[in-house]
Amino acid sequence: MRGFWRRYSRNRGAVIGLFILLAVIICAAAAPFLFPRSPWSMVQRPFLPPFTVDGLMLGTDALGRDVLSGLFHGARVSLLVGLVSTVVALSIGIPIGALAGYYGGLVDDGLMRFTEFFQTIPSFALAIVLLAIFQPSLGYIILAIAIVSWPPVARLVRGEVLSLRHREFVEAATLSGQSNLRIIIWQVLPNALPPIIVLASLMVATAILLESSLSFLGLGDPNVMSWGYMIGAARTVLRTAWWLSFIPGIAIVLTVLALNLIGEGLNDALNPRLRSRTP
Amino acid sequence: MFGFIAARLVTAVFILLGIVVLNFILIHAAPGDPAAVMAGEAGAADEKFLADLRTQFGLDQPFTVQLWNYVSGVIQLDLGFSYRQQMPVAQLIWDRLPATLLLTSTAFVISIVIGVIAGVLAAQMQGTWWDTVISTVALLFYATPLFWVALMASLVFSVFLGWLPGFGYETIGANYTGLARVLDIGTHLILPASTLGLFFTAIYMRMTRASMLEVSRLDFVKTARAKGLRSSVIQRRHILRNALLPVITLAGLQAGQIVGGAVLTETVFAWPGIGRLMFEAINQRDYNVILGVFFISAAMVLLFNLITDLLYGVVDPRIRLTS
Amino acid sequence: MSLLSFENLSIALPTGADRPLAVENVSFTLDAGEILCIVGESGSGKSMSANALMGLLPEGVTPASGRILFEDRNLLDLSEREMMSLRGREISMIFQEPLSALNPLMRIGDQIVEVFETHGRLTPPERRKRALELMHEVGLPDPDATIRAYPFQLSGGQRQRVVIAMALALEPKVLVADEPTTALDVTTQAQILALIDTLRRERGMAVLFITHDFSVVADIADRVIVMQSGEVVEAGTADKVLLDPTHAYTRALLDAIPRLSFHDSVPHDDEAAPILRVQDLSMTFRTRTSGIFAKPRVVKAVQNASFQLQKGETIGIVGESGSGKSTLGRCLVRLLTPQNGTVEIGGKDIAKINGDALHQHRRRIQMIFQDPYSSLNPRARIGTILTEGLIAYGSDKKAARTRAQELLTLVGLDPSAMTRFPHEFSGGQRQRVGIARALALDPEVIIADEAVSALDVSIQAQVLDLLAELKERLDLSMIFITHDLRVAAQVCDRIIVMQRGEMVEFGPCAQVLGDPQTAYTRSLLDAIPGKAHERALAAQREATP
Repeated sequence: MRGFWRRYSRNRGAVIGLFILLAVIICAAAAPFLFPRSPWSMVQRPFLPPFTVDGLMLGTDALGRDVLSGLFHGARVSLLVGLVSTVVALSIGIPIGALAGYYGGLVDDGLMRFTEFFQTIPSFALAIVLLAIFQPSLGYIILAIAIVSWPPVARLVRGEVLSLRHREFVEAATLSGQSNLRIIIWQVLPNALPPIIVLASLMVATAILLESSLSFLGLGDPNVMSWGYMIGAARTVLRTAWWLSFIPGIAIVLTVLALNLIGEGLNDALNPRLRSRTP
Repeated sequence: MFGFIAARLVTAVFILLGIVVLNFILIHAAPGDPAAVMAGEAGAADEKFLADLRTQFGLDQPFTVQLWNYVSGVIQLDLGFSYRQQMPVAQLIWDRLPATLLLTSTAFVISIVIGVIAGVLAAQMQGTWWDTVISTVALLFYATPLFWVALMASLVFSVFLGWLPGFGYETIGANYTGLARVLDIGTHLILPASTLGLFFTAIYMRMTRASMLEVSRLDFVKTARAKGLRSSVIQRRHILRNALLPVITLAGLQAGQIVGGAVLTETVFAWPGIGRLMFEAINQRDYNVILGVFFISAAMVLLFNLITDLLYGVVDPRIRLTS
Repeated sequence: MSLLSFENLSIALPTGADRPLAVENVSFTLDAGEILCIVGESGSGKSMSANALMGLLPEGVTPASGRILFEDRNLLDLSEREMMSLRGREISMIFQEPLSALNPLMRIGDQIVEVFETHGRLTPPERRKRALELMHEVGLPDPDATIRAYPFQLSGGQRQRVVIAMALALEPKVLVADEPTTALDVTTQAQILALIDTLRRERGMAVLFITHDFSVVADIADRVIVMQSGEVVEAGTADKVLLDPTHAYTRALLDAIPRLSFHDSVPHDDEAAPILRVQDLSMTFRTRTSGIFAKPRVVKAVQNASFQLQKGETIGIVGESGSGKSTLGRCLVRLLTPQNGTVEIGGKDIAKINGDALHQHRRRIQMIFQDPYSSLNPRARIGTILTEGLIAYGSDKKAARTRAQELLTLVGLDPSAMTRFPHEFSGGQRQRVGIARALALDPEVIIADEAVSALDVSIQAQVLDLLAELKERLDLSMIFITHDLRVAAQVCDRIIVMQRGEMVEFGPCAQVLGDPQTAYTRSLLDAIPGKAHERALAAQREATP
């Protein structure tokens, strides 16, 4: 573990990313205590610019809502959707990839055609279709994002399993009478874990981007304040109150950047072979 | 090579069929009456109209018959009727498709060309200040939401600086013809295409850089050095060509994302393509249009995929000669 | 004045490596027309010396002191530009891995022509003509067609010939060959060695030949230097070093080479029921290439194999890569399911059974694997690796652990190894763990698949001794799969020779290897390197009573 941290911390960007993410997590956790009122409620007159009124650091939006409160509550949604949809996508992608890679042949063909199908479909368009048909709610948003983001997991896991499948230690486990399920779970998957972890951290970032894009288009959960919604709502007043679009965008960029940096750090720490030589 | 392309074509046809079936299932899985779904739920249709629809689409018939009717309709390019816009969906899409094709293919080319060049430069200058700058910029682009970049770009270059038009496909009412029109469309294209391509530029840059570094560690590069080749020749002739293979694969996979991203860019820049059409349809819950655009964008992705497959075959003799 | 001389060369490794210097105070000379072999086991620094000569040291590795003089110029002082014009023109190099040494996207001809082009020699049509001549000279079949081929269309041996053709293109004065035959089959190896020998004779080229294999040294070297942990421990003419070594390390390396001498096999009672009976076993692979219209590629990996293994007997299966010997082994333990034939163990046919039935009989036939680095799960402790099988067959945890400790002692390891991970052990120790695992389920038959091929020669001898001892003590019945006829001769009672999926010869060891009946077996025997050395050794033994 100490060796892991030493390799991780050698990547300065990754450490910065970790700090940013921690800050975002703290914001999300503190939101209900710092801003107990609903972020939807009107607190002042509309279009107050940032740093002009005490107690409303970032001002108000077109409907007089507190922008800072929206940012804090939006962090909750972004992290929740990012994490949960990634977990769901992993739980679809890992079994499919593992079965395809382990059994090969027709099973592989069938599962990979299925995966290829989902990978070819323009994923953002599919997410739009799903949310347009099933009414937007947090649950469906998570499901829609998971449905469009599992194929890369399946492909990665399949590739890893395929290369591990014919390693001699897996053949030895077969000969020692262990069941296929046991071999997949205890021999193969633990060795495929490092790249999956790296991919997962990047998927959380992509899911946050996807969620904000969907909310921007008006396909977000109407009961939940999110960064994408804030930008979408401020779009029509871009000329007069540009900061209303600008500020939530910065929040998204920082969060996604932090997750990408962490992904790179994890990659350096978990896959020493591929470690880049630049500091 | 012929067999390879033929096989890809057959796969493409099957995927399209799969999407048609998926669309059909989605209509039926939607909460509520499929007829209402097709008519657009927001009361675009009265009861008599819905009843007509049910007979017209045979919604009183068995499921398989309905499926067959739907699929055969789509094969004849009948994507249904938009009761909102009082036009066949196919017609709506057909009118808007050229704008989207122009936008996405421009973004595709920009992102690959700039991404690959930047990636090669970063790899060649690995560890230097330049590499850090290029990699950091790519990382930032990679973390930036497409729609937000589009908004900010139109704010800066159109609203603040007034350099470029931030709205539409051509100057309304100007009625340019010939070269003037091409130039007019070109200036309107700059902001949407470059913001749409930005995210993908970052992806191709990172992939190219990583791939160049990976290939430069392979044995045949050492052989080339032992032959006494100059390092610029090794980079170009031996490393770059091999490093491009995974980039081409990625480009094929990313084609779908570009088409999806067009929905956001077209919405921000009021670009009159099928993405903008989809956005309008979302707001109006006009399902036939949404599903139609979905189907056509999938077809576009398959077309892009086919092109990258061809390209792959041209570059890699193992594919060209073995199948 | 020698053509090339190393003077007290030391090469520094980056900080954090296992030792500060890769190579320490190495000095030797090389003259025109001479073959100098640098011999050593992995990590001895032999390849680093060659890379330093080419100016191709890996990043972070730098020459620390000393000189490399080539025609009175110190190569370490030259600029990269000057080295570039020297590489390929005056000094050329060939590598170990022919499969990856060529650019997969470039035609063979273009890769050869590139050498002339980069050094500005000849006109384009002349370059092509010269490339054809070179391809002819190195014995590539049908140069007119091959010049347009891509690397993936050639075999490993053919690709190595292409690399040699490129290295020879500008008639260099020195050829550096870094383990050029290690990845090749024995018959191909013999051809490539003969080719290198001919070329240096005809062209008066000096060859620096790097290898771990003393038998190859015996066949090709004029002079030899032996390296151990970065230092030269012995140097001299080939005859002197091979027949009268002074350093203990050299003697140990020489003693570890298996000899092509067969023990008199204990006659087995053919009347007794065999422990393993294989009848008409066939395995065909169908690989579907991409594209639905493409015809599937059919490989008949094993065709109609039939033999019987008696209790306490060892049968060797030998053959080159692609002969089907490993496929046959994997069919016997049912990692693969053969299309035809039977595999009876103790009278029970296991060739077609599945599920529970297979589970019940699987433990009766176990395998020792080739690669000690991939045969143990890197994330499992040795204790887990040894007990998994026992637990899968219903043993309780405590009994399994006791048994695992016994097994570790049996294979010469300390029972404390139980709590450690595979990466804490050396290759030889890992192979001992692999053997313990194969024995854990008390199998009736053991299949050893190239069980010693991945080991350094001194370790190889120790593991072979262990197997012999275990066989004696436990009365094991064994199938020993190997590409090395000398190893087979040492451990086997009977031998099966396989070629392209077929058993071409089967009989007692002394008969198959002493009086081979087929041309193929004879060609395998002829290709074994170091036979002249063995004869010399035998003569030496007779001379000194």
